[in-house]
Amino acid sequence: MDPILKGRNLVKRYGRVVALDHCDFDLYPGEILAVIGDNGAGKSTLIKALSGAVIPDEGEVTLEGRRVRFASPNDAREAGIETVYQTLAMSPALSIADNMFMGREVRKAGIMGKLFRQLDRTHMEQFAREKLNDLGLMTIQNITQPVETLSGGQRQGVAVARAAAFGSRVIILDEPTAALGVKESRRVLDLIKDVKARGIPIILISHNMPHVFEVADRIHVHRLGRRLCVIDPRDHSMSDAVAYMTGAKVPEGTLTPA
Amino acid sequence: MSSDSDHYETSVRERREEAVAAFDERDKGLMGRFHHALHVTPALVPLIVLIASIAVFGLLIGDRFFSPFSLTLILQQVQIVGIVAAAQSLIILTAGIDLSVGAITVFSSVIMGQFAFRYGIPPVFAVFAGLIFGLLCGLLNGFLVSRMKLPPFIVTLGTWQIILASNYLYSANETIRAQEIEAQAPLLQFMGTKFTLGGAVFTYGVIFMLLLVLVLAWVLKHTAWGRHVYAVGDDPEAAQLSGVNVRGTLLSVYGLAGLICGFAGWALIGRIGSVSPTSAYEANIESITAVVIGGISLFGGRGSILGALFGALIVGVFSLGLRLLGADAQWTYFFIGLLIIAAVAVDQWIRKVTA
Ligand SMILES: Nc1ncnc2c1ncn2[C@@H]1O[C@H](COP(=O)(O)OP(=O)(O)O)[C@@H](O)[C@H]1O
Ligand SMILES: [Mg+2]
Repeated sequence: MDPILKGRNLVKRYGRVVALDHCDFDLYPGEILAVIGDNGAGKSTLIKALSGAVIPDEGEVTLEGRRVRFASPNDAREAGIETVYQTLAMSPALSIADNMFMGREVRKAGIMGKLFRQLDRTHMEQFAREKLNDLGLMTIQNITQPVETLSGGQRQGVAVARAAAFGSRVIILDEPTAALGVKESRRVLDLIKDVKARGIPIILISHNMPHVFEVADRIHVHRLGRRLCVIDPRDHSMSDAVAYMTGAKVPEGTLTPA
Repeated sequence: MSSDSDHYETSVRERREEAVAAFDERDKGLMGRFHHALHVTPALVPLIVLIASIAVFGLLIGDRFFSPFSLTLILQQVQIVGIVAAAQSLIILTAGIDLSVGAITVFSSVIMGQFAFRYGIPPVFAVFAGLIFGLLCGLLNGFLVSRMKLPPFIVTLGTWQIILASNYLYSANETIRAQEIEAQAPLLQFMGTKFTLGGAVFTYGVIFMLLLVLVLAWVLKHTAWGRHVYAVGDDPEAAQLSGVNVRGTLLSVYGLAGLICGFAGWALIGRIGSVSPTSAYEANIESITAVVIGGISLFGGRGSILGALFGALIVGVFSLGLRLLGADAQWTYFFIGLLIIAAVAVDQWIRKVTA
């Protein structure tokens, strides 16, 4: 089987910092791939390079075997790649519904939509409410309230719901449970499994080893801006995984050599 | 290395302590509800201040102030600032600022006048040229802000001087008299055309200002572009990541603001009758004042353009009211200064999200 999303030789420099150092990446159809690594290892930069938020200095990205050159997150979204960024990328003063549809607003049918470009708020609010209910993450009464009035966990829930609702090829989650309580984390993990059951592959960046080992099919260990190895969670313990990513131990019996 | 995984487990356990936020409309008390109302309807404060100030001056002065004639006189007096404040609102919503609006306004009016009189171009085309000039100035600002990533304050500090100086150089400081315009190119004074409704006196310029603000308020609320303007002002990086064309939005906002200033230049000729290169140059500060009193946050992303109209009207009510009371004109500035500081304090309070 060929990877659905592939990165080769990706390089991204920020001044003197090399955030990505000739990094390779593979995501296979239908799988949950966890990406783990120390803070500053370059995980976020890697997924940004895959989702059009960062344009790599070198290297190439292929989606379903075709070379892609995303110039913006919108390009990637149009190709079906949906991302929850670590920073969540929401406009605090705007409503939940506005945020869910930011950049892909739905216009009304007929002359009001076509000529006056009026948004179909009823539809967007209805859809947003449904998706949040599906997620069961929260009992939001008012879909029109500003995102800044939500707790950190609720915001994360909205961001995850947005990605799950619109992602058709690949869903990328950068530390989606970092601000969540146990119950909310549980729901996000269930959602991840749901999405996988729909046949959509997921990239999950997380520091939470129990979560990673619970849901991941494979684990991409990221170290110093590149892929150190890919391990099968059934063959390695959590403490091994942590040892690899901190450099305390050198991996053996890995799925992909560096 | 088990200590490390322990560490992860503790962090999981620690997060467990965090209350899973429940989300219900608890009774937040009167203050809380007021805070929420302001959050949702930011134009509420300036509207209340406007109504209160009309009521107070009405009580103090009586019919001389509280009459259709006087109240519509206020509309006429604030029309230029009101139109420019609409442009300024758009810019400030994107967390920018435009110091060049007054300069664009006056140079646009000068171009309309000079094109018609110096080159004998038909007035329709002269007006059109003035509007295009405003648009181009705005696009220049927008290009420097969005492409060159220069701070809006610096960019427009520069273009303000450049445009204003060019305005004096080009016009050779010459005024085109009202009678000449009336005789040869009345279209230039079109926005000053008056009509009465009972005792109320309106001009097309006033109607234009009101329609402009209403249309922009609708567009900002009901179109994707409008939502993007807010998103860009709120957090440009987040907007970019969620698929907003940040540069394009900024460019369009500055361009539109320039075009609106072109219209303000046209309205300016209607208001003063003549074309004078020394008029309206202080519209930049006046428009910023109106926007701030109108409750639009200088940090971007918050506020309503209706508020800016109310802000301009508040200034108009104070100037006329105090004048009719026979007070020194300095009192107007005194009170406006107080209002500005009060408005910013309220903005800070609204932004404090405890709701
Ligand atoms: N926009 C940026 N500007 C400058 N340096 C950056 C930027 N983004 C990331 N970096 C640097 O790149 C490195 C990798 O960061 P990041 O990808 O966020 O790591 P991780 O997500 O694994 O914690 C860090 O050293 C970080 O400081
Ligand atoms: Mg990160």
